[in-house]
Amino acid sequence: MAFSTVGVIISHINDDNLPEISRHRTMASVPFGGRYRLIDFVLSNMVNSGVTTVGIVVKNNYQSLIDHLGSGKEWDLARKDGGIILLPPYSDETEAPYTTRLEALMGITGFLTHRTEEYVVISDCDGIAHMDIADVVRYHEEKQADITMVYHEESHASSSYYMTLAPDEEGRVREIEINPRLRGKMNLYINVMVMSREFLINTIHDAVTRGYSSFGRDILTKNVDTLRIFGYPHKGYFAAVDTLKDYYARNMELLDKTVRDELFGARDIYTKVRDSAPTRYLAGATVSNSLISDGCVIEGRVENSILFRGVKVGKGSLVKDSIIMQDTVIGGSVSLECVITDKNAVIRDGRKLAGCEEQPYFVPKGRML
Amino acid sequence: MLRKKECVAMLLAGGQGSRLYALTNSIAKPAVAFGAKYRIIDFALSNCINSGIDTVGVLTQYQPLELNEYIGNGQPWDLDRAFGGVHILSPYQGKKRSSWFEGTANAIYQNLGFMKRYDPDYILILSGDHIYKMDYAKMLRAHKETGADCTIAAIEVPVKEASRFGILNTNPDGSIYEFEEKPKTPKSNLASMGVYIFTAEKLFKYLEADDEDPASSKDFGKDVLPAMLAAGEKMFSYRFEGYWKDVGTISSLWESNMDLLGKEPAFDVSDPEWKIHSRNPLAPPEYIGKGAVLDNAMVALGCEIEGTVKNSLLAAGVTVEEGAVVEDSVVMAGTVIKKGAQVRYAILDEDVVVGEGATVGEAAEKVSIAVLGRGVKIADDAFVAGGKILDKDFSGE
Repeated sequence: MAFSTVGVIISHINDDNLPEISRHRTMASVPFGGRYRLIDFVLSNMVNSGVTTVGIVVKNNYQSLIDHLGSGKEWDLARKDGGIILLPPYSDETEAPYTTRLEALMGITGFLTHRTEEYVVISDCDGIAHMDIADVVRYHEEKQADITMVYHEESHASSSYYMTLAPDEEGRVREIEINPRLRGKMNLYINVMVMSREFLINTIHDAVTRGYSSFGRDILTKNVDTLRIFGYPHKGYFAAVDTLKDYYARNMELLDKTVRDELFGARDIYTKVRDSAPTRYLAGATVSNSLISDGCVIEGRVENSILFRGVKVGKGSLVKDSIIMQDTVIGGSVSLECVITDKNAVIRDGRKLAGCEEQPYFVPKGRML
Repeated sequence: MLRKKECVAMLLAGGQGSRLYALTNSIAKPAVAFGAKYRIIDFALSNCINSGIDTVGVLTQYQPLELNEYIGNGQPWDLDRAFGGVHILSPYQGKKRSSWFEGTANAIYQNLGFMKRYDPDYILILSGDHIYKMDYAKMLRAHKETGADCTIAAIEVPVKEASRFGILNTNPDGSIYEFEEKPKTPKSNLASMGVYIFTAEKLFKYLEADDEDPASSKDFGKDVLPAMLAAGEKMFSYRFEGYWKDVGTISSLWESNMDLLGKEPAFDVSDPEWKIHSRNPLAPPEYIGKGAVLDNAMVALGCEIEGTVKNSLLAAGVTVEEGAVVEDSVVMAGTVIKKGAQVRYAILDEDVVVGEGATVGEAAEKVSIAVLGRGVKIADDAFVAGGKILDKDFSGE
């Protein structure tokens, strides 16, 4: 049987976690890893697993996401049937736009009803993982589950990853805890789940009738005994990006070859291209332990840093332990240490900026210092 | 009537490029990698789209597989169009006769049907083996202003090299009174760039006449242009000033690559006003390791560099291991240079492996460029002398 799964990506649900970076953009289009946006990872997982239709639920500030996705061709999702379908919120006098995940799903029942795929995989996009979604669906079928929730062994929860699962030997989830007390390794639900499309539509209709608002509280935890909820253990790389500190740490992790190999080695991560020239390292440049994207021109010193596309580093400047986003221009004799610059920032000659790992110094989009 | 294109471009991409030796064993010259990211044909295609010409026929013949695949539906150049766009034109079997393209003029002649579909007023003829940025729209404007039947783009070349080119001898108003193909004693240093604009009906007429002439070698430079001139058609030169390089030889290909390096490169591929479009590698950003030294280099996505790279260009996914040195070289995609290996004055094609401690090329002045063909493996500690061209694995024996 052909792989028959439609993807749903919730692009915004945790926007508040990175207020600095997501001020002008939705979580899905937060830049990551030198040339990507967060949504690229989950989209690539889906495409690499054979998903050809992905509905993307958007709410606010999604202009940058539309710009990033274009027609979807970079992900091979410019399709005659399906491909990328943006699902903006619906509201009228009687209905305010949704706030919760369940309400977001209620808003896309039309989309779900019109699809023909057997299964639905629903995912957020602030978790970065290398995941074979086809395998999750296979597991779901095998277990004859109603809902399959993907979990990862973690030792800390957060505001966006706050459910832990207690699966039995067979994998069936017997208990779901919300906002658990920290106690070493936990099976943290990473906000990826699989259901049959029919089951999801029925569940949503039922939730509307009963006036439910929370998928976690009203559907999962309440029905853990009656529904066949299974936990799928995700073994590979997983990184939650849910605070600025995490954002910084997760980017820096990419300087580690094992992390890079795990994330990029086995499959392709698709992203928007913009025909930048390859990066030029001029005479006098010194670069060490850094990840550098295309279109950069480097004349200064770059250490333990991540440079996005089109960054310029002037003569005599030092960029250390920093994340420099697209088209940032760093003048001459500048010193940056533990700094995150958003897109199009300009750092003038001679400026010295420093933060620390716990609190990187953040330069907003387009800011000139 | 909208179903018409004012100008259709015909890009001659069928040449073997035999003077590139191992680099064109299995691919056509226009598909040869250039500048750490591009292929030679990207420049002509980008010039077309940047000049507002959205209908391009690409004539292929020699080893077309990779070129065809690279061009695909033309989307990277914004040439995937409902009407127009890029089309691969291969030799075909006809009702009356079937043949390979016998010369540049014959290749265009055999595709009269393609051009006529667009009811064009002008035909732009290009070759797919030059590195340059040129606004063909300006040239077309000049063609209209002079009322020429044929306009030939021309560039001044050093006098001592002029005998390698088709030379235009012109009157002060730019009109051409004589056309000499590779003259022994050139009268001028104005060389044809192989870029022609023809008024379409004239071109069609002369191509048909040329086809019926059994004495013709079916070549633009040797047959069609002289015939037009002899018949008194209006032919003008169009002066081009700027970077233009024929990359038909190993040394010119190497030099032209080197021209991309530096703070003010001789040839700038990063001009936002004139983007060079290409297919983009699917790769993460390049990783520059702790002990790496990069000095005047151009490096593409996906490279992993732990060694030393100086005055060189590395295409996507190249690995330079610890202690390895790459100097004054052009390294194409996916090649691995292992620990302690030395590469100097060399062009390494895609997916080459240079073994640990091996040496490829020599740094001495006036030694020519060493070339390793696609997929060639050099054994550990082997020595490949300067100027050597290899298309098979080499163990040093």
